[in-house]
Amino acid sequence: MLATLIRLLGDFDLAEEARQEAFTAALEQWPTRGVPQNPGAWLIRTGRNKAVDRIRRDAVFRTKVQGREIASIEADAEGVAEDTEGDTFGDDRLRLIFTCCHPALSREAHVALTLREVCGLTTQAVARAFLVSEETMAQRLVRAKRKIRDAGIPYETPEPAVLDQRIQGVLAVVYGVFTEGYALTSGTQLVDAEICAEAIRLGRLLDELLPMHPGVMGLLALMLLHDARRRARVSHTGDVVLLDDQNRTLWERDKISEGLMLVDRALSIPGQISPYAVQAAIAALHARAQRKEETDWPQIVGLYEVLLRLQPSPVVELNHAVAVSMVDGPARALNLIDSLAARGQVSEYHLLHAARGQFLQQLARPEEAREAYRAALAFATLEPERRLLMARLAGFD
Amino acid sequence: MQYLLLIYANEKEIAAMSPTALGSMTAEYMEFTKGIVQAGQFKAGDRLKSTSAATTVRVRNGQVTTTDGPFAETREQLGGYYLVDAKNLDEAIAIAGRVPGAKWGSIEVRPIWPPQT
Repeated sequence: MLATLIRLLGDFDLAEEARQEAFTAALEQWPTRGVPQNPGAWLIRTGRNKAVDRIRRDAVFRTKVQGREIASIEADAEGVAEDTEGDTFGDDRLRLIFTCCHPALSREAHVALTLREVCGLTTQAVARAFLVSEETMAQRLVRAKRKIRDAGIPYETPEPAVLDQRIQGVLAVVYGVFTEGYALTSGTQLVDAEICAEAIRLGRLLDELLPMHPGVMGLLALMLLHDARRRARVSHTGDVVLLDDQNRTLWERDKISEGLMLVDRALSIPGQISPYAVQAAIAALHARAQRKEETDWPQIVGLYEVLLRLQPSPVVELNHAVAVSMVDGPARALNLIDSLAARGQVSEYHLLHAARGQFLQQLARPEEAREAYRAALAFATLEPERRLLMARLAGFD
Repeated sequence: MQYLLLIYANEKEIAAMSPTALGSMTAEYMEFTKGIVQAGQFKAGDRLKSTSAATTVRVRNGQVTTTDGPFAETREQLGGYYLVDAKNLDEAIAIAGRVPGAKWGSIEVRPIWPPQT
């Protein structure tokens, strides 16, 4: 509903006020006059009327509506009132997502705006998730909305020529929201779980609005398969539990089965393979293994090789090396990691040093392994990960 | 809305271009300009002489002071501009992406304040 009001009024703040007033009016009128036949359309019509009244009353608001004549707002709103299918609501939400994830806005603004305007989280909740004060977050939102208005960022589904690129941008924002929650950065698991749940909700919404899109399905599958392991990956003392050591009975089967189904569908669509679908397929192979010994490592190595072609990055190379160690042993994996480290881009990446430490330990080279774990500890910032590394180091004594 | 597309490039690199390269750049610009004129998006556009011909003027305490060249030493310099009419930022970005200089320099897209009413 907010999405439709934003389209009709062309202004985020005006739309939010109009929605508030429409709800207030509904609370006053529905108990006595009954709920209207199409409550959604009624709320939008009422919200639009309230906004138009406000524009007429208050000349300051006139400048906010920038060229949108009251008459045209009224004409558009009539269309909504007649539309009982509800399709325009979906289209408007999609427009809103594309606007919030517009490439002309900063990455920080994307995430903040999406959680605030699309998911409807309060400014306070968004601020808490990103460890900034409510005031800072409010300012960030105000700046982003001002840029949308001043720069003329359209409230529209992008042109076909740039649509796919823009969808990729939206997926990156949604995945960014998810990893923010998954990386345990907020310090409280409850907040992190909520953020992951919002990201999954966004994924479902996109899957509904852009059906049969391989990237959307792949991303949703990836998030579900990772989130299914949430309860198993942190111990009751708040320590990280690695995949190998997780109690697999704690994995959420319903999320896994939905994820597995989505991966299969995403990979069966002809055309370009989405990197998200490949990552989800890797997660799916882990999820399918009831015991860690059943993990199909050769296929995981193969999928990482596909991913390296689609989207090469040091992180993917590192994960590939870890998978190789499970198939060909630690010596070959260590070679891969050392060649990655020699290129120098990731010398401060703690997980690279942690993996080196593990391979060296397996190769019975304890002195070098200890050195590698120390390097990992020097670069790790998150408390649970630091505790894990310290436990590894203590194992040498 | 109207947008100013500010074309930034390293003018030393432009100055060092061969006559052939310069010729094909000019041809690309003419082609691009013709395109936006035909599409009704063109309002104005010019190539600027190099910053070595620039003078910076300031008034402080009622005194006019002039200095040689632009204010800051930057890697890329303003070398030209287009003023275009575009439906929204997406259209302006699409036009900016077709400016030949976007391939070697950068284009800053700035919305113009609408006339005060």
